[in-house]
Amino acid sequence: MALTSFRLAGLELKNRVLVASGTYGYGDDCLETADPGKLGGIITKSLSLKPRIGNPPVRIAETAGGMLNSIGLANIGVHRFLSEKLPFLRSVDTAVIANIAASTIEEYCEVLRILEGEDGIDGFEINVSCPNVREGGLIFGTDCAAVAEITRRLRALTKKPLLVKLTPNVTRIGEFARAVEAEGGDAVSVMNTLIGMAIDIKTRKPVLSTVTGGLSGPAIKPVALAKVYEAARAVRIPVIGIGGITNASDALEFLIAGATAVQVGTANFIDPAAGIKVAEGIARYCDENGIPDVADLVGSLDAGSGTSVLDSWL
Amino acid sequence: MEGVRTAGEGIHVLSFTSAAMSRSIRAGQFLNLRVEEACEPLLRRPFSAYRIEKSSIEIVFNVVGRGTAALRRKKQGDVLDVLGPLGKPFKTIDPGFDTGVLIGGGLGVAPLPLLTSALKQEGKPVVTFLGARSAAQLVTDHLENLHTATDDGSRGFRGNVVDLVSDFLSKHPVEHPKIFACGPMPMLRAVASFARASEITCEVSLEGPMGCGIGICQGCPVELAGPEKSYALMCKDGPAFDIRTIKI
Ligand SMILES: Cc1cc2nc3c(=O)[nH]c(=O)nc-3n(C[C@H](O)[C@H](O)[C@H](O)COP(=O)(O)OP(=O)(O)OC[C@H]3O[C@@H](n4cnc5c(N)ncnc54)[C@H](O)[C@@H]3O)c2cc1C
Ligand SMILES: Cc1cc2nc3c(=O)[nH]c(=O)nc-3n(C[C@H](O)[C@H](O)[C@H](O)COP(=O)(O)O)c2cc1C
Ligand code: FES
Repeated sequence: MALTSFRLAGLELKNRVLVASGTYGYGDDCLETADPGKLGGIITKSLSLKPRIGNPPVRIAETAGGMLNSIGLANIGVHRFLSEKLPFLRSVDTAVIANIAASTIEEYCEVLRILEGEDGIDGFEINVSCPNVREGGLIFGTDCAAVAEITRRLRALTKKPLLVKLTPNVTRIGEFARAVEAEGGDAVSVMNTLIGMAIDIKTRKPVLSTVTGGLSGPAIKPVALAKVYEAARAVRIPVIGIGGITNASDALEFLIAGATAVQVGTANFIDPAAGIKVAEGIARYCDENGIPDVADLVGSLDAGSGTSVLDSWL
Repeated sequence: MEGVRTAGEGIHVLSFTSAAMSRSIRAGQFLNLRVEEACEPLLRRPFSAYRIEKSSIEIVFNVVGRGTAALRRKKQGDVLDVLGPLGKPFKTIDPGFDTGVLIGGGLGVAPLPLLTSALKQEGKPVVTFLGARSAAQLVTDHLENLHTATDDGSRGFRGNVVDLVSDFLSKHPVEHPKIFACGPMPMLRAVASFARASEITCEVSLEGPMGCGIGICQGCPVELAGPEKSYALMCKDGPAFDIRTIKI
């Protein structure tokens, strides 16, 4: 049996497959179809200081091989999370990483402080794809200086693993990964959704109430893979690959491109056990190919003499 | 899969067997069907549980897009990936009413046969009203005490089903009624305003886009009544809601 466990910034995870924020709720809605204890970890829905009711309908639209969402970070808020959801999550034999969203840097700090001392929270993932109210709604994650400052401020508040989840809606994701590394972040999660849009041609109205939304699912996998490859070449800290993973072979591509671990998102909506199946499939692949440790796959891409268009002509 | 048969103009009934599911489904709950194994279409498609006969389960649908087009092509012996039963059942166990007034518009008939059996088990009489564009789109099996309305007058009352209900109840009042309605949104709005005006308790079963069907994507908000804006989830808290609790 291949070794599947590994350490992420000191935290021992049983395998390299986690479920992505916003695609597994708080872990308690999937019990009838999947045993979350078989996952490498659960990333919670983004938590904000106050509960957020989210955007009006329509919040989702299916597109070719993917979906658009504009949930508006609907969540129960950090306080209700502690009283209503954390007790259950503590009982699950897997790592729990709290994902944090905020509209000011102070709010990120405040939410992290509230969660920091809590038993059962093993680390943090920071969702920087949020509008900064002080900067007229500019997305934190598209401003490299803001990403650096958030990382610096939060690093000072916790010794637990600190992951920063990057948005692909930037020109050079490697620069953002470098900023996180320079400020002491333990890992970068690559990537959040791509901005997309769908129109109802009968009414000539956008399908989503917010006009544009975030694209996810198999349709974004090639983009995510290239972003992971770019980020992994830019930094030494672990890169966690996310985007369109539905099966083990998708996940293996990410590991080979340089991801230390992966997250499964939209695929949970079709099969809440998708993450578990991906983890089992990775182990099976290693066994079948005589690979003793999944770590041997990470960054094992054989690019030969091919030069990436990241630094050449398309 | 047992097969797909035709039940009216453009209307199909798909049946499959699952012993475990057939025992656990309650009236008003839905099933989330994976249409294709590949990722096109990606998301599951929700359908009301229509009929249960021993371990055989049926859904009724019409073709509106690629998912339902693919479902119609399913054959006996195919294996279906079905998640369910999902959602909350209709509240049939309720001492506050004696007679079930069931209203369906078009394929909103889907949950009514199971609801009819559930109410009969409670010993509650049922009166049913079904509306459609024309007689060919009326799916009238397994209903009781049925009154129909068609837009073109080809069968029953000419006009919409809510006018039929209002007309009927004014001539034949029933003791302590409760309305259960399922159908297109404009019809449900008309049912809700009729129910409010006549002070009849009323549950409506809603439809809308769903990402997961189990409460993990937050993609199916239903606006709640009350001074402060807030949402319930159609898939987890519904799909049926008491009209006093939601904005309709
Ligand atoms: C709880 C619930 C129960 C349902 N029960 C039934 C049923 O018993 N019988 C039945 O025929 N249909 C039912 N529906 C609607 C059914 O899910 C949709 O018709 C189906 O998903 C359309 O899939 P498609 O791929 O064919 O259409 P698509 O290609 O996805 O869309 C075609 C058209 O249908 C509309 N549409 C898509 N999804 C929905 C939806 N979920 N609700 C309403 N309109 C939609 C789209 O806006 C578009 O205009 C139910 C929906 C819900 C939420
Ligand atoms: C409905 C939905 C809700 C999401 N909510 C969040 C969220 O609250 N916080 C976050 O950081 N990412 C959120 N995401 C992004 C996912 O975690 C993931 O980064 C993205 O969907 C790409 O992965 P996928 O293609 O596997 O879904 C959400 C995605 C979807 C589809
Ligand atoms: S459809 Fe996903 S939460 Fe309701």
